[in-house]
Order: sequence, then C-alpha cells, then structure tokens
Amino acid sequence: MTAEPAHSRLLKRYAEHAGQDAVEQLRQLADLLAGLKVVHVNSTLKGGGVAEILEKLVPLMQELGLDTSWKVIEGNDDFFACTKSFHNALQGKALRIPETLLRVYEDVNARNAERLRPVLEEADVVFIHDPQPALLLRHLPARRGKWIWRCHIDLSHPYRPVWNYLRQFLVSYDASVFSLDAFAQPMPHPVFLIPPSIDPLSEKNLPLDPETVHEVLAEFGIDPQRPLVIQVSRFDRFKDPLGVIQAYQLAKGFVPSLQLVLAGGGAVDDPEGEGVLSEVREAAEGDPDIHVLSSGHYSDRTINALQTAADIVLQKSLREGFGLTVTEAMWKGKPVIGGNTGGIRLQLLNHRTGFLVDTPEGAAMRIRYLLFERPRMGQIGQNARELVRQNFLITRHLREYLTLMVALTHGNEDRIELG
Amino acid sequence: MVDFAIKDCVLAIISTGRRAQTLSELRNVLRDVHPGCIYHHFWGTLLRPQFSDREYNNDFATWCHHSLHDNRAAERLAVIDPAGFSDLESLRQELIEVIDERLDETELMLFARADQQFHFARSVIVVFDTHRRLSHPAELVKALPELSVGSVFYHFIDARRREPIGVDDFLAWLLGLGPEYQGLCNSLAEVDPYFESLFVLRDRLAGLFTEHFVEAAT
Repeated sequence: MTAEPAHSRLLKRYAEHAGQDAVEQLRQLADLLAGLKVVHVNSTLKGGGVAEILEKLVPLMQELGLDTSWKVIEGNDDFFACTKSFHNALQGKALRIPETLLRVYEDVNARNAERLRPVLEEADVVFIHDPQPALLLRHLPARRGKWIWRCHIDLSHPYRPVWNYLRQFLVSYDASVFSLDAFAQPMPHPVFLIPPSIDPLSEKNLPLDPETVHEVLAEFGIDPQRPLVIQVSRFDRFKDPLGVIQAYQLAKGFVPSLQLVLAGGGAVDDPEGEGVLSEVREAAEGDPDIHVLSSGHYSDRTINALQTAADIVLQKSLREGFGLTVTEAMWKGKPVIGGNTGGIRLQLLNHRTGFLVDTPEGAAMRIRYLLFERPRMGQIGQNARELVRQNFLITRHLREYLTLMVALTHGNEDRIELG
Repeated sequence: MVDFAIKDCVLAIISTGRRAQTLSELRNVLRDVHPGCIYHHFWGTLLRPQFSDREYNNDFATWCHHSLHDNRAAERLAVIDPAGFSDLESLRQELIEVIDERLDETELMLFARADQQFHFARSVIVVFDTHRRLSHPAELVKALPELSVGSVFYHFIDARRREPIGVDDFLAWLLGLGPEYQGLCNSLAEVDPYFESLFVLRDRLAGLFTEHFVEAAT
C-alpha cells in the first residue's frame, strides 16, 4: 500500500471548507491548462497580503498540475522607498517622487530582468504583482507567454503624475487584474476583475478551541460572560474608530454590560495614526469596558481569538478597499456591522449577512437590534459564513485565475467552448 | 436513449471602464456598449456572489433600486425576461425603450452617489466538458447535489439563451424521452431561476428529481 501523495493533501483540506464540488471544478479547469509554465513575481516572500496569498496559491496551482513558480525581485532601500511612494501616490496621496529614485526603480527592474530572464522568457503565463516588478516586461522582448499585471491596490483616485509614469509601462501587458470595478483604471487591454479572498487554513481563520479563546480574553481582562463588540483595524481616520466608540456609547445606554475592543497594530511609523490613537484613548478614558489594544503587534491567533469571542464585529469604515477583516469575521459566523463603502457593500446584505450603516447612530441601532434578537444574530452569522464559503475563499480566487488563463490562452471570444 | 453530457462553466469578468451615474447616462452607454455587457448584467450576474433571494433579477434594475432610488424604473427593468429575446441586440433595444419611457415621464434627474455608479462589465464564459455522462434521468437524483454551481448555471440558466430558447437542458432532455416524464417536466417548468442563489437552485432541482424518482417509488 502506498502513502497518499503530499500533493493531494492540500486540495483535500480545502475541500473540507469549500466543498468537494468546488475542488472538483478546479481539477477539471486545471486539466485544460495542464503543463503550462506559470510564474508569479512580487517583491517579498514574507509579510503583506500579496505574499500571504501566493504562499497558498502557488502550491495549489502546483497540485493542480500547473508548472508554477514564484520569483521575488531583489531591491535596495531606495528601490523600496520609491515603491512605497508609488503605493501611497496610487492611492491618492499627492507625492512627487524624485527622478533619482525613479532611476533606481528602473535599474533594479533591469537587473532583476537579467537575473530572471530564462524563467520569464520561457513562461506561458506571468503574473506581475503590483508596481514593484512592473518594468520587468520592457526588458524581455523575447518573452513568449502572456503577461498579466495584477494590481492589489485601490486605483480609483490615483495621483495622476505617478499613475501616468507607471501606466506607460503597463499598457504593454496582455491584461490587468483589479480587485473591484471601482478600483480599476481604463487600459488598452482586457481588465479582469477578481475580488480577493481569505484562506480558511491560515492562523487567522482556523477554528480555535474555547480554552485558547478564554486565555486570550483573560490576558486582556475581557469578561467572557458579557456581550462584546470588536473592531480590528489600524488606527486610521478612514476606519472611524471614534465613530465606533460613539456607537458603543449610544448602545451601552440600552445594554449596560456591553464591552468594546478596538484592536489595531502599533502606529510608531505613522504620525497620523499616533494622533488618531491618542484621540481614541481620550474618548475611551474612564470607561473600563473599552479595551484599546494598540501596543505593538498581535499575532494572527490572538486576533482570531478576539473575533471568535465577539458577539458582533464592526468595520465602520468611512472608506475601505475590499475589507478582508469583514470577510474573516463572517467566516467565523459573526454578524458584521460595516460602513456603507467599498467592498464591504459586496459582502454585507442587510438583515441577511450583516448590516451596512452610514453613521455611528446606525451602528448603535444595529448593535442593540442584534443583541436583543439573539436568535437572529445566529442566523445572520450562519448566512455570513455560507456567503464567504461560496464566494470569498481562496479556492474561488484560484478558480478565477485559472479561468483568466484559459480565456487569455484561447483567444478573445466571449464564449469559449472546450472539450 | 441519448446520454446527458454534464458540462461546467466559469466566468471571467472584464471591466469596460464605462460608468453611469444617472438613468440617462445608463441609456446612453447602453446604446453602444459591448453586447457582452448585456449578457453579463442579465445572465452573468447569477453566477456572482449573492445570498439566497434576490429582489431584482438583473443588475440594471438592482442599481435603479439601490443606487438611484427610482423604483419605477427598477420594477419595469426587473420584469424584462432575457429568455424572451432571440438575441442580445433585441434585448438591448428593449432596455433602451424601457429607460426612455421612464425618462419621458419624469422631470426628476436622479443621481447615484459617486461611489455607487453603474460599472459596465462583460464576461467571457468558458464552457468545458466534465466527461460525465448520464444515461437515465434517475441518475440525476445522485448527480445533481454533486454538480458545481457552474454546471447548474450552464444547464438550467445559460441553456435558456441557446437554441431552442427558453428551455433548460434538463427539460429538453426529458421532453425528448417521451410522455412518462411529463409530470417532472411540468415541475421543472415552474421553477423560476432568477430569484435565488445557484446553491439553493441546485437543492431545489435535486428535490424535484428526488420527489419524482425516489419518493414516488416508495
């Protein structure tokens, strides 16, 4: 008797969460692409949302029979200073980037193109993630595959001079991918829309045993017997932490035992974040039931435990990208009250999977409603989990990458019939 | 008996970059937008995230209701049955006429919020053979709950715009097998596919086949 090959184990584990039908569909779709050489290129192996996605997508693609590899470009401090500025400018901040930094950006891409030339020229499909490696393409005229620029950034209101600089290089790609229609910019090639996803097997999302959850609550002095609402977000005005405190205070008049956790990362390198945090501390002062967790980095497991313990999760953003913290909370079966903005609108359907609100008053009203109608809360949480299972797990994300590859490698038809 | 070939499909969604913020802008873009957009916003929308029941069965109507708050336009657009049109161009004309009528009767110019504009998208549908074949309708009792939602979409919804229009693949297969399945055919014809998620629709169809082949036999 032979042992089960390691390569089929991961898909099996995903089938437990996403359903056997979803995994079977991936296998069938991947059969159409068997043997294809696929390369993903980004700027970091660890840390950040892109690396987190690739850590799982790449082995899954390999399991499905695609010859997939992941390459990381090498840069220096000036290069990353430049791409950090790109990141901020593309999200709307008016930033002039010095010519010297732009030259560094171009040189680093040229050097990496030389280093990666054999693998990139041979690839059938190349995914370039975000602006950091975007200029590789111009140095590889002998490439034979399809090149796709995958933009993980909200480009709805870019700072134009920076966008125009990058755009001149991006127009040569065969396609782009954006997370949402609202984030996209017009391009001369097909612009595909693929929303992001969460990984049910990550530390952030795996189910925790009740002891672990209780230990974390005890660590922060949170009473497990009393109702708890939580917002997990960095201390940023667009996340409206002050609005969350206002909503909590309004609701507490009707639910005196209510507790609030505001959990966010440290803000040492973000002067504006420091200002918001001190305003939050001031607003929370004197109320022992408001727990502001801001001292440094909390592990994924800690955040998972806090979300798991919460009765209701808030994401009262005034402006938001896709809002993956909403997705994570929904996956834990929590009713979410979210700001009526960005990708949150795609996930929360009033009275079914959560509530969309426009004001702190609206959030307070929904907190009171849900705590009063506890059975309804359970039902909404179940619906929320099911919506995520069907639409926002990494298996769906992978399916859309495979579909995109089939579409690009089979011409420009609106309808492609195979087999 | 002809075998039933189970197929599957997936959609790749492509942004056109075109948007509308008012009803008249919606009409203007509709005049010359890629015909794939008409398909996508009527049919493709059914393969996108949704939970259970949906109020309006196409994106144009949903947008008029939720973003423009023009319920008259929403209701009139929602009642358009895309399966009743032989091609996407005639469906486009119907949409434009309904919107023109609404624009003629109102002096109000309703605007959607800047972040709630209508984004025109189109989709590429990739259809592939699962190589699974069914030789008898009773096999659908077991097969239906195992189908991907892409298969449900392809056979029960997308089929309605293929020739002969208005008939899903299950019904077409049963009709070709003679009168013994007339009762099941009638039940299938009663299922309105536009108001629930494909997961719920799959369960509903599985229920009909189970009722016919299993419960009737016991």
